[in-house]
This record gives sequence, structure tokens and C-alpha cells, in this order.
Amino acid sequence: MKASELAQKLGWKPACGDGENEVTGCYCGDLLSWVMAKAPAGSVWLTVMGNVNCVAVASLRDLACVVITEGAPLDEAALVRAAQQGVTIYTTDRSTYDCAVAVSGMIE
Amino acid sequence: MSCVNLHYDVPGDDFTRAGEASGKVKNTLKELGFHADVVRNVAIAMYEGEINMVIHAGGGEADVVIDPQHVEVTLTDHGPGIPDVSLAMKEGYSTAPDNVRNLGFGAGMGLPNMKKYADEMQIETQVDVGTTIRLGFDVPAAQ
Repeated sequence: MKASELAQKLGWKPACGDGENEVTGCYCGDLLSWVMAKAPAGSVWLTVMGNVNCVAVASLRDLACVVITEGAPLDEAALVRAAQQGVTIYTTDRSTYDCAVAVSGMIE
Repeated sequence: MSCVNLHYDVPGDDFTRAGEASGKVKNTLKELGFHADVVRNVAIAMYEGEINMVIHAGGGEADVVIDPQHVEVTLTDHGPGIPDVSLAMKEGYSTAPDNVRNLGFGAGMGLPNMKKYADEMQIETQVDVGTTIRLGFDVPAAQ
């Protein structure tokens, strides 16, 4: 399933990117080096860390998309960088836990 | 493919630009046709090195040598050095300040990630002089 389809089904708001990447998994975390080390490529990344550095991690790790959860802020600088690097970002007020459960039901 | 040499200045205390050099190296390796695993390993390890230089050393330099059998990344800074390398290599150990942790860094995974994703890793460090880290990546023969 493409990230855009998943986002539409789960009500995530598009912030940047076309959502064309295939989603093959899900990862939750806010410590960037931990995510860098552990998140499988193709994952939806659920995080409250909406800064420019999360875009670098998502790009370098080939993640399917980033979802900024819990209504956490998304920096303007992050949006600019995401547009430059082709990283798709969504936002939602739902909790990280709720999103992870919902994703699990959609991709399994 | 002939040998490719790349050089980057990594600015200190500028987290908005952290990761630029590793991103460019990643793109170069992809364009050269390296296997995705090699591209990923180099990108992750080099990113951690860049971040460490930004957080701890006021920036530094990154030199990358790419040939068909091997990729080598050398990260050089003139920061405070690492007083206890074995302690710094432990997962979860970090001396990052609170303002850096608030950005999502400081998990204590920087050096461990470099070691995990590189095939070879050498650290030369001297307190109050600086640190040089050499990361070597093997490229499987089939590539």
C-alpha cells in the first residue's frame, strides 16, 4: 500500500510530498540515532520530532513517510527540507500508539 | 569506475545543515550503482559522524574515497577529543547537552552506530586536540 493511501484511510493530514512510497512496516521513536539504527527501510515513521533533522533521518534511511503524531509541531524548515529531498510528511492529532495500532491493521 | 574523492566542510552548531554531506554521499553512491546495503551503511555511519562533529566539536571535515571495492570515510575535527573511548562506544552513553537532546539527539548511539554499520573503524583522539575517525566499507565483489 502506498503511503498516500494509508494516510487517506487513517485521516492523516498531508504536509509535504506525494506519498508514492510503498509502506512495508512501521516504526515509532523520537531519538534520531535510535531510529537511524533500527527503523527498517520502507517504514512509516511515527514521531513527535517535527524538526529538520527528522527529515534527514527519513531520507537517509529510505523511510516511506514521516507522521508527526499527537499534534506535535512541524517546523517550517523541516517542510522546506522535506520538499527538497522528496520526503513525505503527514500530521495527526492522534497518539503514536493509536497510529501504530491502526497501521498494523492496515498493512498486515 | 575510477576512484572518486569527495570533501565536505561540516559546519559546527548548525543542526539545520547536519546530514547534508552524508546525503550527498548517499546520492553519489546511488548514482554510481552501489548496492542499497552499501549505500545505507555509508549514509548511516557518516551521518552519525557528522552529527557528532556538530554537537561536540564545533564542526569538522569529511573526506570520502570511493572505489569499486571499498568506500572510506574520514571524519576529522579539532574539538575537545574523547577522554574515554571505550565508555563513548557504549550504547546509551552520551555527553550531549540538554538543548541538543531536545532536538532528538543524544541517544548515545552515535559511535555504536558507526561501528555497527562500518566494516572497519579506527578512532584517533587526543583531549583538547581533536578526533579523527576512519570508517571503511567493503563492497561485495558482485557489485
